[in-house]
Amino acid sequence: MELFHDPKIDWLGKKWYFLGFSLIFSVAGLLSIFFWHGLPLDVDFRGGTVVRVKFASSPDADRIRSAVDRAGLKDARIQQPYGPVANNEVLVTLSRSATSESAIDQGRATIVNTLTQNYSSGGAQNQGKLDLDNISGSALASWLEQNDPEHLGNSPDSQSRYEAQATAAVNFRDDQHSGVIDTIDSLRGVVDPAVLIALDQNAWVSGFSVRSVEIVGAQVGKVLQHQAELATLYSLGGMLVYLWFRFELIYGVAAVVACFHDTIITVGAFSLSNQEISLTVIAAILTLIGYSMNDTIVVFDRIRENLRLSRREPLADCAGRTRNIFLQ
Amino acid sequence: MKTNIRTRLIVIIAVLVVFVYGVFGIPRGLSGNALTQGLLSGGLFRKGIHLGLDLKGGMHLILQVKVDEAIGAETDTDVAAIQSDLQKNGISGATVSKPDANRADFIQVSGVPADHNNDVRSLLENTYSTRFDVAPGVGNTWTLTMKPTEESAAKQRALDQAIEVITSRTNTLGVSEPIIEPYQLGSYQILVELPGVDDLNRVKDVIQSTARLEAHEVIGDQPWADRQSALQALGGYVPADAELVQSVPGASANGSVGEWYELKKIPIWGGTDVRDAQPGHNPNTGEPEVDFYLTNAAGDRFATWTGANIGKYMAIVLDNRVQEVAVIKGQIRDQGNISGGGISEERVKDLSMLLRTGALPASIEFMQETTVGPSLGADSIHQGVVASIVGMVTVMAFMLIYYRGAGINADLALFLNLVILLGFLGFSGATLTLPGIAGVILTIGMGVDSNVLIFERIREELRAGKSPSAAVDQGFGHAWTTIVDTHVTTIVSAAILFIFGTGPVKGFAVTLTFGLLANLFTAVFVSRVIFDTHLSRKLHGEPISI
Repeated sequence: MELFHDPKIDWLGKKWYFLGFSLIFSVAGLLSIFFWHGLPLDVDFRGGTVVRVKFASSPDADRIRSAVDRAGLKDARIQQPYGPVANNEVLVTLSRSATSESAIDQGRATIVNTLTQNYSSGGAQNQGKLDLDNISGSALASWLEQNDPEHLGNSPDSQSRYEAQATAAVNFRDDQHSGVIDTIDSLRGVVDPAVLIALDQNAWVSGFSVRSVEIVGAQVGKVLQHQAELATLYSLGGMLVYLWFRFELIYGVAAVVACFHDTIITVGAFSLSNQEISLTVIAAILTLIGYSMNDTIVVFDRIRENLRLSRREPLADCAGRTRNIFLQ
Repeated sequence: MKTNIRTRLIVIIAVLVVFVYGVFGIPRGLSGNALTQGLLSGGLFRKGIHLGLDLKGGMHLILQVKVDEAIGAETDTDVAAIQSDLQKNGISGATVSKPDANRADFIQVSGVPADHNNDVRSLLENTYSTRFDVAPGVGNTWTLTMKPTEESAAKQRALDQAIEVITSRTNTLGVSEPIIEPYQLGSYQILVELPGVDDLNRVKDVIQSTARLEAHEVIGDQPWADRQSALQALGGYVPADAELVQSVPGASANGSVGEWYELKKIPIWGGTDVRDAQPGHNPNTGEPEVDFYLTNAAGDRFATWTGANIGKYMAIVLDNRVQEVAVIKGQIRDQGNISGGGISEERVKDLSMLLRTGALPASIEFMQETTVGPSLGADSIHQGVVASIVGMVTVMAFMLIYYRGAGINADLALFLNLVILLGFLGFSGATLTLPGIAGVILTIGMGVDSNVLIFERIREELRAGKSPSAAVDQGFGHAWTTIVDTHVTTIVSAAILFIFGTGPVKGFAVTLTFGLLANLFTAVFVSRVIFDTHLSRKLHGEPISI
């Protein structure tokens, strides 16, 4: 099977269309970066707090918003749904101003407390009980040891037995139910009946669980931002040097200009659509640089080879022919 | 030709066996669980694949050590030493102080009597000029500024000590494979990675507690109800050698709320003088308490001081809060306890642990904090593996359809590429992160890319009328340099990512680099051998399927 059989496209004859096309996109991107959305940065670089919460059932964004508002976090941004709708996940973002360096954890604590108070299936009657959706394995184990629902007494044997059950319950929740269980009864068969009865009486399920928290102070964010800029520039520079060594300087410059162009258009697209740039996006951009370079080199290699074979052909024809070969 | 191919086939099979061992080790069985176990645990010559924090769950912290506090504590001791030196030399009337609250490295000796000016100068220059720049100031004052080299050495010491203390504290929490090291991107910051920890608040408390236990002499004998009235009674300002410290509720017999005490600023003994601490119970009341023991040197100092100050009051201060106030009834050597304030059994346990592991030389601030719950990690692994398999199968199917017979060749090379990549990870114990899985998928893409380059070139040569074996030869010969060039440039950008990236992104750079190296081997060598094997079984000039 072949998709492009002997294409004869006059690439360089149509160069103005391509140049116009890329000019529109890069200029639009640059305009957006400088005059419209700026560079929308993720908490990684901007600093701030992001709490990712999973709910057992479809969450009501308005209810979360009003609860968080009441707790005094006025500029919280609530992104719902986060990811596929069926995941029931919500992302709560606080800006850097709400993430002061002296009390970096405060935003997270407020969000979690607010959710526990306002957005849980049981409500106030469950105050002081164990929340099985948010408890850690070690905390559950030590609770079981203290309360000894199976009346095993104080022996190393009982300790390991309770630890095993706590681990089983937590693993059941985390590995098979993505961190949230609906009812305590779903633990039937996972833990001993006596433990299940004790949990029924003394524990509850809040119906949500905090899946991840990311808190970045402004200072760290700035350093990371600087690092990302350096990484992008150095990788362009490193490639320039390699190409200089392998081809000629002008090839290297052309390749780096091509890469830079690809990077500008990508970053510009992020700015135009107001999508946030995170560390992972930077990694993706660097990969793009790698790929862009990859394609450029493949074409250059072939241009060089063809130039050697047919010295009398003008460069434009040769370059155009090379590209046709590459579409094949 | 035949033997040559056989040797190369043997090389390939040997590589396959070695790297399959790298991936799984010697598994205890062939069930899914046994294989996963083999994948993750180490063995002979292999370290097993480590999962990053984002896949395993855990905490990533960046801590700022407030090193200026450590400098402050050091110069506090110097102020006391200069005072006693002046006293020893019979110079009275001069005051030693740190006039600028924002400059921990600056000491001033003021009010020096004119006739003693030379004595003071020679004293300061003889004893302190190794660590301080001594200079005369305006009107019978001398200033001491800590030397920059001395200051940065002291800050470095504080950082090293903080790392040591945090390491021993996390060890008591039973965290496996913690990473605690200087964070190179910041100044005097520490990177802490604790895989598998989900009890966020407890860990943070344990790490952040300064646990600085000190004994101070109490000035006067009555505490004040609040800071305001204390200041009033002292005439508006706190003397330079004293400080006002609040107590925890219940520190003294009658105090149910926190009261303010005026204490001597220089402690009798301090943070690093505690040798051991154990949870215990008060023999009279049965209440929980922490029993602590001082080092020999501090014990001697304490005995001398208590012997000379019977009848005075002494305060035990923990992290800048008065815990206990007691009248000195006799000489005390090296023992003491902290109780009172309705201290709980659990707090007693944690506190003794903190005192045993030693005080932090300075307090700590959290600069960055990332927590990934174990459930998210499990989901991420699941999704990553599904994405990799779907990507791989799609690409393999495409190659089979587009290149028919040669597609099998590419698919074998691709499969071997994946085995070598995972084997590399297993041998080196490199960390696999979520972006790392993306790197694996990207490697699959790059692998196919190389194969496409070679195959297209072979097709082209065939179209130009060459025989199959000549076309294969030419195809590999021409594509080879291009493939090396493209791989080197991508490895360059991966290397830069590795240098500049943090945690998860580093994982991406690692898998991408390993993947590209494996790809050079499979695309150029393995694929070629398979072609040659295939060609050697055909008659000369018989067409190949591509």
